[in-house]
Amino acid sequence: MTTTEDARPDAARARLVEAWSTKPGFINWLSNVNHKAIGFRFIITSFIFLLIGGVQALLMRTQLMGPDLDVLGPDAYNEAFTLHGTTMMFLFAVPMLEGLGMYLVPLMIGTRDLPFPRLNAFGYWLYLFAGIFLYWSLFTGSVPDGGWFNYPPLAGPEFRPDSSIDFWLLGVTMTEVVGIVGALELVVCIARHRAPGMTLSRIPVFAWGVLVSSVMILFAFPPLVAGSLMLELDRKIGTHFYNPAAGGDPILWQHLFWIFGHPEVYIMLIPAVALIASMLPAVTRRGIVAYPLVVVSLVAIGFISFGLWVHHMFAAGLPALAMAFFTAASMAIAIPSGVQIFSLIATMWRGKLVWNTVLLYVVGFVLVFVLGGITGVMVASVAFDWQVHDTFFVVAHFHYVLIGGVVLPILGALHYWFPKLTGRLLDERLGKIAFWLIFGGMNLTFFPQHILGFLGMPRRVYTFQSGLGWDFYNLLSTLGAYATAAGFLVYSANMAINWSRGRPAGDNPWDAPTLEWATASPPPAYNFAAIPTVDSLYPLWEPKEASPHGQAGLLDDVEGQRREIVGSTILDAEAIEILELPGNTLWPLVAASAIVLFLFGVMIDSMIVGAVGLATVVGSLLGWLWTGPEWRHE
Amino acid sequence: MRHRAARLAAVTAALAGLAACGDGSALAPKGPDAREIAGLWWLMFWLGLAVYVFVVALLFVVLRKRGKVDEPVPATPREGRGLIWGAGVGMTTVIIVVLVLVSYVVGGRIYDRRGTGGLRVEVVGYKFWWEVRYLDRPGAITANEIHIPTGRPVDLVLTSRDVIHSFWVPELAGKLDLVPGVRHVLSIQADRPGEFRGACAEYCGVQHANMLLLVVAQPPDEFEAWLDRQAQPRQAPADPLAQRGEEVFLRTPCGACHRVRGTPADADVGPDLTHFATRRTLGAGVRPNTRGHLGGWLSDPQAIKPGNLMPPTKLAPDELLALLAYMESLT
Repeated sequence: MTTTEDARPDAARARLVEAWSTKPGFINWLSNVNHKAIGFRFIITSFIFLLIGGVQALLMRTQLMGPDLDVLGPDAYNEAFTLHGTTMMFLFAVPMLEGLGMYLVPLMIGTRDLPFPRLNAFGYWLYLFAGIFLYWSLFTGSVPDGGWFNYPPLAGPEFRPDSSIDFWLLGVTMTEVVGIVGALELVVCIARHRAPGMTLSRIPVFAWGVLVSSVMILFAFPPLVAGSLMLELDRKIGTHFYNPAAGGDPILWQHLFWIFGHPEVYIMLIPAVALIASMLPAVTRRGIVAYPLVVVSLVAIGFISFGLWVHHMFAAGLPALAMAFFTAASMAIAIPSGVQIFSLIATMWRGKLVWNTVLLYVVGFVLVFVLGGITGVMVASVAFDWQVHDTFFVVAHFHYVLIGGVVLPILGALHYWFPKLTGRLLDERLGKIAFWLIFGGMNLTFFPQHILGFLGMPRRVYTFQSGLGWDFYNLLSTLGAYATAAGFLVYSANMAINWSRGRPAGDNPWDAPTLEWATASPPPAYNFAAIPTVDSLYPLWEPKEASPHGQAGLLDDVEGQRREIVGSTILDAEAIEILELPGNTLWPLVAASAIVLFLFGVMIDSMIVGAVGLATVVGSLLGWLWTGPEWRHE
Repeated sequence: MRHRAARLAAVTAALAGLAACGDGSALAPKGPDAREIAGLWWLMFWLGLAVYVFVVALLFVVLRKRGKVDEPVPATPREGRGLIWGAGVGMTTVIIVVLVLVSYVVGGRIYDRRGTGGLRVEVVGYKFWWEVRYLDRPGAITANEIHIPTGRPVDLVLTSRDVIHSFWVPELAGKLDLVPGVRHVLSIQADRPGEFRGACAEYCGVQHANMLLLVVAQPPDEFEAWLDRQAQPRQAPADPLAQRGEEVFLRTPCGACHRVRGTPADADVGPDLTHFATRRTLGAGVRPNTRGHLGGWLSDPQAIKPGNLMPPTKLAPDELLALLAYMESLT
């Protein structure tokens, strides 16, 4: 396949540019709904939240550097670990991966935008406000301190009567809505807007990963939204869902939380692993080995991950038979995970390796994630988990999984797609320094924590006594955290320096095979001047003359000034319709602001503020719906 | 490469070995539950290590392969699928089946011991301490220190009065949550006399870190003597200073929260203090129970354990001395 730059009359090109352009100016910036603008904002904002969460981690590690320290004190420490977990899960990992999905998927599958651009913009604004809302608690003095899991009764009205937990519940619920909105968008995009010819077996692995995790979001996030609303009702109007004294059950929260919380791990992991598999061809010069098996195992992980949640509750005193099921299911997920890892190794084995920073992150991913996976199989055993549950062993385990399986792939991916996003290359030397600091640092931080778990150190303790054999390992762990932080500084500096001053990248600096590299870097607002036709999993590696479709592409001329995308069939990706997309608008921003205003009214128990907020929500939705896009069948 | 893998294995084993020794470790078991779980760990450790070394070795073989970077090959290669089926699916499945079965056996044995002890001790979680009631011996109530006879299983009946806590003594057994409104049974057993440190393992609020406890295993006759004593009310103080201390105790707010059996003080907001002087720690393990620490605790418990429910008590120096003498008489 090829793209068709410049294969058109100038007038048609001008109409295309005009239809998709966003005029300069702040208001226009606010009203931009293009998937690249929104995806980019998600990526930048979530990266900032990653750094904020990292600062909290440094504070905690400093407090635990030695016995009986008083750097933070108990209140601040408990707030720090609550915000750290909440930030990393809800404000960094999921938004970052959805942001990468929003930016990259339309490019990878050869379309011009996501199918619901305004919904997409709405998601971003709500996400930004959710983050600000949560962190606003710092200025009110009642900072959430119930942990990222927020178990009642501790988080209930009796023990946390102040507004700290309300900040958490409402803020997190907003991020859940953002996740659902983004997931809907991505599912429809991947199902219905692939370039002609991109059959199921030609979908890039990252798009598969995003599809699987988006479908999971649609099933996994609603339970937490429901659970959070029930807890908020307990807190605000005195219901007793979780109050044992009135016949409620605090364990119900744990079920609702973890039936969200465990799939959540894989909602982050699946697209991140898929990022690795999508970068792999460029650094091995080969297609990935056993692509169908890799895709099937991603789907399998998605399914199995809904049957694991009770392994977070093995110490909660549930019946033995129920727990036995969850042991088997939890361990079984190692099989599709093993397929991913060995496919990766097999691909490297068959390929010719290009030694750059991206490959380092791929290798780092294997080394760290596999270790986390092995300890994951261990904690799936009920009996063994009774010892290590809620200890530093588990802290070590899931940081190996999440740093290895999510953070390293994301850092590698930002390295790999930075040229596409900015048109500039990152510095390889700084990139490698950052990798080694982060990789070495995280191992030094978390490996000793396995041992601390065995030595009896529970999680979420703000201090410890000396003489327990914990001092040395805690010191190592803190030093490792400092090294990791240095790595993130170098990494961020590399991005900041090369943002505008890096070496120009050109369209395809890695000689990579997928469609996002077929257009300019950074891509024009319309992505592709004509929608390409795809006849391979790796279209850019196919010999040009082999493509039977020549230079022509769909939508190579626009009627008037419309934003148009192609709708195609789910299985065979045959183009069947042309859809017009709505243009830039401020309604999503107004709607998101109104929701925050309404929730703010709930927070401060003000009927008036709440009513104004709610009325504005309704009003802005009416404004939003007043003009819809047109549909035309061809 | 082989050296690197071997070195990695050696370092891993050495580090894990370090964890095995040392007091207080889950891998230095002193009772049957912890011993069986430690055995399960070592099985999983060696299997896990073998898998990890295999993956790392394979990875390094692959990474050392040199060759000119050439034209890319778009086709999905068929080679290497044997590795995926053999190692990714086959090896993983076999290991998992073994681990699931062994895990069921170990878990089953631990379950079977629960409820067979005969001796039943209720452990009630409070923010941030443990109440301990010997259910078969009315009146025997203590806190933050559980005495058990050696060589036989003891059933702990776990519940909570406020939020969720979790009972964990790593040398003896795995953990089990204390959930308000529910009673869970955990069996612990110590083979030999000794003192075993425990802690709350479920985040329960500001002083979760200092919700500690001690299990003291004693030969059965020693334990019976201890239990007899605990069941009795306090011995009226003979020493005049201690007598004055009791007056101070009952006059100040102390008695509004604590119980000293044999006196009008009969509240259960804070720990039972009837035989306080026999206990090894104060403030749920936050300090050793010595005169100096006790004085500091009574003067300002919030300085030692900020956020615990005990308010500071304003006492004149002579009142404090009297109170200390009284507390020390509660044997």
